[in-house]
Order: sequence, then structure tokens, then C-alpha cells
Amino acid sequence: MGLKGNARSCWDRVPDSGGVVQFDCKRLVDVFLATPAGKIDHPNAEWLKLSLAPVLDAAARGNCAVVLDFSRVDYISSMGLRVLLLAAKQLRAANARIAVAALQPATEEIFAIARFNHVLEIFPDVRAALAQLSAPALAAFDAETN
Amino acid sequence: MKRIRFWGTRGSLPVALTASGVRDKVIRALRAASGRNFTGDADLDAFVDGLGFPVAGSYGGHTACVEIETGGAEYVLCDLGTGVRPFGQRAIARHGAASPQTYHVFMSHVHWDHIMGFPFFTPAYIPGNRIRIYGGHAELEAALRRQQAAPSFPVDFSALTADIEFIRLEPGVHYDIAGMQVSVMLQRHSGDSFGFRFASGGRSVIYTTDSEHALADSAETATYVDFFRDADVVIFDAMYSLAEAISVKADWGHSSNIVGVELCQLAAVGHLCLFHHEPIHGDDAIARVLAETRRYEEITRTSRPLAVSAAYDGMEIEL
Repeated sequence: MGLKGNARSCWDRVPDSGGVVQFDCKRLVDVFLATPAGKIDHPNAEWLKLSLAPVLDAAARGNCAVVLDFSRVDYISSMGLRVLLLAAKQLRAANARIAVAALQPATEEIFAIARFNHVLEIFPDVRAALAQLSAPALAAFDAETN
Repeated sequence: MKRIRFWGTRGSLPVALTASGVRDKVIRALRAASGRNFTGDADLDAFVDGLGFPVAGSYGGHTACVEIETGGAEYVLCDLGTGVRPFGQRAIARHGAASPQTYHVFMSHVHWDHIMGFPFFTPAYIPGNRIRIYGGHAELEAALRRQQAAPSFPVDFSALTADIEFIRLEPGVHYDIAGMQVSVMLQRHSGDSFGFRFASGGRSVIYTTDSEHALADSAETATYVDFFRDADVVIFDAMYSLAEAISVKADWGHSSNIVGVELCQLAAVGHLCLFHHEPIHGDDAIARVLAETRRYEEITRTSRPLAVSAAYDGMEIEL
């Protein structure tokens, strides 16, 4: 997906995960849309934490929301879920919101088993998340994808 | 070791099945039986078995007490929660009050739910019985004496006529007790708790309750994995959901089913037994946690399957 309009890359370089997982991020007006991909197991959870850190800092500073597009995440362990919980705590302290979107069926089951569906906002897809979080970001997303 | 027998499986405080809880089970059973004819007891038994455990049974409400049947003449227990009362009654019924027995008791810690059954442990009041209480806490004896001191209990500890001895165990040291190799691990819990690894005859059992896991501490995780390594059964504190354990109930000293599965998979354990059930959970809630834990194990399985069960008062696991 190309970047245009209000969408721009969050940073030039992300930490190297050793090729196991990937992380992409862009800004849609007042929402950071982060897209991790791969298997977020114990070793990769730290990588996710490092990758998310500048996004969370920027969101907290700029009063922006964060949407995590999990459509390309195959699995997440307890360590990975902990990273998401810490992210939510950080943003809530800054009066900012974080949401998870587009969970794959197995990952959605893991969220439910861990009861993370009670502590994080979860949406069926990115568009639904943006519709709840920011009309300008949704407009930018629609403009980009249409 | 021959088998594990659970006398108390509940965490924090005992609970009881209420009249409305029984009524609910009866109604559900009758609904399921509607329109059916039963040809005999075997047919009836099969029908009851098909109702599911939350309807046809109950996880029970006694606090922590687990028996490890070694195959030898001496008894081995973990913790002295309220489940030790029915255990003691059964031992007396089996041997008679006049037949002295030896009881080895391994104490995870001395919080109320793990000691509150001892004043009701009848063998402690019978001369000739030997009771050896092992644990890592220096205040083990003081805690058991204190709970029987006035004004909290009418019978002072000094009235116990059995031969009672307290033995301090150290983490990292291997002991030979009651025909088993026993090792001890310090755990994360308010005031500390200790986990035990029991091994004999090629079988090994881990008793690890009231233990919180710091997910970010990889060295600590590795220590647990080493302690659990290749165990046949791990009896694991799965009191909370993962979300609870690391958010609103962080530092409350308990773990989750998710972490139990992950540690057991890393350690190539054969059987994870969920234990120290949340007292606010009814039978349906515990059964749901069990089903979800089995599903999580299935989703995350990379090698041989990990058997998962939820302990209930009266359950036995053959070793």
C-alpha cells in the first residue's frame, strides 16, 4: 500500500528482528497505523516492544491514537500480549487510545482466552477501528485505499 | 510414585456449592433427560457422564491439599488447606486411630488458605503419629502455632499429641524424603513461596502454587523451565486470566493458564494440571477455563501434545 495524502512513514528504520517478523507503520492524520507481521513469540516480543516504542512516544506527545493492524500476525505469546498491555497503559496515561484490528482467527482466540478482549479495544478491521477513533484518519485511509 | 490425589484445589479461601447451585444442576440434568427412557444403571451412568462435569460434578471448594501416593507406607502431602481434614478422616478410617502413621507435609508457604486445615487434621491429635512438616520458611512452625493460639482457636497447638517436627528446606538442595528425590524452588509471591519437584521410579511431579511469573524476566523463565523439565505432571497455579495476572492483579502472586501452557511446552512436560482455582469461579467458569486452556495448547503445540486437566477435590492422576 502506497503512502499519500496525510499518510507518511513513522520513521526511516526499525530494529532488526532477524527476519522473523516485520513491522510497518504510517501516520493517518492523528492516528498511527502500525502493522506487525509474523509470529510474536517470546523472542520477538522484545522486538515488537522496541519497534512500538517510538510510535507510542510520538502518539503520546502528539495526542494521537494507535491502531495495530494484526491481519498479518500469525501468533502472539504471553510476552507479546504483555507488550500490548504496556502500550495501552502508556497511551492511557497520555489520554490517548490504542486499538487492535483485523485479528486472524487463531490470534483472536488467543486474545479471548487471555481475556485481552476485556482490556483492549478490538475491531474486526482497520476501517472499523478508524471509524471509532478519528474521522479525519478514516477519510485519509479511504482516500488512500480507494 | 503411583498417583496424585487432590483433597483441596481452591485458592485463597474455601467455597461451598450452594442450594441454588445444586438446583441449577438438577434442572439442567432433567432438561437433558427430557423424553428419554433409561434401560438400566449402565444407561443412566452413561447419560450422567455425558452431561459434562459442571452439571454432573463439581470442582469442590476445599483449599490446597494434595496427596502424592508414593507406593510406600508413609503419606506425602502438599499443603495443609482445608482439604487435609477429609484426608485425615480417610487415613483414620483406613488404618484405625490406634495404628500410628507417618505423614510428610511439604508447605508451599504459610498463608491462611494453605495452613487453615491443620487444626482439623485429626491425626495430629493422636499420640504415636509422626508428622514431618517441610518448608522453606523460617516462620513455618510459628505460623502453625499462631493460628491455634487464643483467641483464634479453642485448642492450642501444644494440645497436639502427635510427634510433630518442622524441617527447613533450602532451594537448590536435593533431599531424599519418603523414598523420593525432592528439590525446592523459591517462587515469586508475597512473603515468598516454594515449589517442589518430587521424583521417584522414573516419574516426576511438580507442585508449584502461589507463584507469579515475571514475563519480562527471561532468566527467571529459564529457571522455571529447568525446574519443570520433562516432568510427568505439573500442578500449576492458574488462578487468573493472563490479562488479570499482568494488569489489575499484578503482584498478587498468582499466574494464569496461558503461562502454564507456555512454561510446560518449553519444558516438555507431559501433563499440566490447573490448580488453585479462583474462589469466585463456579463450576461452569472453571470448565470454560479448562476448555480454553486445552484449545490454547492445541493452537500453540509444536511437538508432542501437552495433556491439560483442571484439578477437582477427589480427582486422581495415575503416574
